[in-house]
Amino acid sequence: MSERIREKLSILADAAKYDVSCSSSGSNRKNEKGGLGNGHTSGICHTYTEDGRCVSLLKILLTNHCIFDCAYCVSRKSNDIERAAFTVEEVVELTMNFYRRNYIEGLFLSSGIFKNADFTMERLLKVVKKLRLEERYNGYIHLKTIPGASEELIREAGMYADRMSINLEMPTESGLKLLAPEKSHKEVIQPLAYVQRQIIQFKEEKKLIKSVPKFVPAGQSTQMVIGATPETDKEIMHTANEFYRNFGLRRVYYSGYVPISNDNRLPIIGSQPPLIRENRLYQTDWLMRFYGFHVNELLNDANPHLDIDIDPKLSWALRNLQFFPVDINVASYKMIMRVPGIGINSAKKIVQARQYGKLRIDQLQKIGVAYNRAKHFIKCADSPYQLKEYQSTQIKSFILAESQSKYLKNDTSQLILF
Amino acid sequence: MRITYLFDGSMEGLLCAVFESFERKAKQVKVELLQHHQPDAFTESMQIHNDSKKAGRVWSALQKKLSPAWIRKFYCCFLSERPDAYTSLYEFCHYLFTHPAGAEDNYGNEHVLLIAQMARKVEREKHRMEAFIRFQESQDGLFYCGIDPDFNVLPLIMKHFKDRYASQRWLIYDINRNYGLFYDEVSVEEVHLDFETQKRLQKIPINAQASKEQLYAVLWKDYFKSTNIVARKNTKLHTQHVPKRYWKYLTEKQIDSFG
Ligand code: SF4
Repeated sequence: MSERIREKLSILADAAKYDVSCSSSGSNRKNEKGGLGNGHTSGICHTYTEDGRCVSLLKILLTNHCIFDCAYCVSRKSNDIERAAFTVEEVVELTMNFYRRNYIEGLFLSSGIFKNADFTMERLLKVVKKLRLEERYNGYIHLKTIPGASEELIREAGMYADRMSINLEMPTESGLKLLAPEKSHKEVIQPLAYVQRQIIQFKEEKKLIKSVPKFVPAGQSTQMVIGATPETDKEIMHTANEFYRNFGLRRVYYSGYVPISNDNRLPIIGSQPPLIRENRLYQTDWLMRFYGFHVNELLNDANPHLDIDIDPKLSWALRNLQFFPVDINVASYKMIMRVPGIGINSAKKIVQARQYGKLRIDQLQKIGVAYNRAKHFIKCADSPYQLKEYQSTQIKSFILAESQSKYLKNDTSQLILF
Repeated sequence: MRITYLFDGSMEGLLCAVFESFERKAKQVKVELLQHHQPDAFTESMQIHNDSKKAGRVWSALQKKLSPAWIRKFYCCFLSERPDAYTSLYEFCHYLFTHPAGAEDNYGNEHVLLIAQMARKVEREKHRMEAFIRFQESQDGLFYCGIDPDFNVLPLIMKHFKDRYASQRWLIYDINRNYGLFYDEVSVEEVHLDFETQKRLQKIPINAQASKEQLYAVLWKDYFKSTNIVARKNTKLHTQHVPKRYWKYLTEKQIDSFG
């Protein structure tokens, strides 16, 4: 028995790993007496893969059998690989035992489509029901919505799941049609919109009647594959922006395409996944969600692509030198956040601390400002007097020269957010 | 005149040091752990006697001045057990009690900043322990994990584990500080174990439980391996997230002993 389960786990975890969503956050599900587990509002990463991605969930497919043939997917029908399927009990046992040992925050369950959408969705539903109702498991559950499944099934699943997601896969409809002719964005949008409406409705009811159960408390997310089809960064981020706005998504994930197929519509096997580009997209996503940037400021017709050598906040600043230098001791919080080298935390500390006196360079450094980067864009109490104004290309080369040494020592793909 | 106050490492002791200094209007005070103190001929020293009333008065004065979030910072910083943290906490109290409301937001003050930064480090360690603890189930159904955190974070992680693992008995033991938390499905209590018991709990039992325990350890290791995408390997980023000194906790980082 143990050999077979090992085999299944390795096949079905392997097939699930290309879904990069790892978040276990946003759920405040409480444990109940005699139950096991709870949600952690900000999520916990229990370990990290050797490629540096967070592992917080047991991420598996129920099965990798699939009736579809999407070119970008390892589980596609025409791919000659080993197939396997878990039983409902096996998934429940694995989840419970991993959870009890504090290996994981919860379960991420997805599946290839066997027979049809409803049949698949029903099996997923069985797993989550057994966990919640029989095992009294209150840990995190991220469940895939199967496109085309009936609304009743989706609604019932939402009563037990913390998060649900459906992947857009390709950032544009034409990209999707190229690689998965049987699919369309509409198939994704319909259930996303349906779940979104339910979330709102449940919330409204809960305001009136406290006993109304939770419905997908951690919201919905989606994923786009980057670099399989020729979209621009502008197209990608404008799509993301639209989905954030229209469906109240909690997260959009960007997954650099890892070549897995000899299909001539796709990048060849062995080519590098676009990791830096992926990172720049995440940075842009953060700037939109937390730093008050509008997507048009970062990506527009004049600048349809993000710079690879510098982060999007720095590129924006260099294109908009008319807003700088920012006087740290008087500027608004919003503007301070926009300075390259100053993050949200430092910006908050700056506005608090400056009430007690004008801030100096050494204080900024202590607060956590990356001063060597920020100094080109700010003024503070003891800023040195500058004789001439630099051009943006000069500033860029100063900053690059300074970070060059750091950059080269590290891997070329060091991925940090600001 | 310079004077060193010697306290016993407890929060009560530290707060009493603050109390004494105000009562005696003492200036130029240094606080130091009694255990670490090396007397020298030039500074006078005085041992602080714990008095819960005096400590209580300082504590409620702090609570009046500080938000709960700041009280938490204060406490976390204290749990770092670092000499410079004790100094800053002491100085911070003086600064706070002699300045108008809101003084704690002045990150231009070195003690305010040190406490905030130290508290962050302690919170990070707490978060790491919540993430990296790996329980092992023993014969009698006790889930055990021994830890040796940089800071004294057991008091901080207690609630998390109690809430989450309400339906299983568990024991988390700080090997270096030699105390642990034991939960019996009702409440958590502080325990001290002798060395033999610690060793026994660490060992994988030899019976039916053993094969189950090993199976899940192996399944988890398999899982860890299969989630890796080789084309994306980035060891630098990996060790940044999971510094090597934490690897000893992690089941997935242990050399295979089975299968
Ligand atoms: S339907 Fe899903 S599992 Fe099946 S081939 Fe397409 S992407 Fe893969």
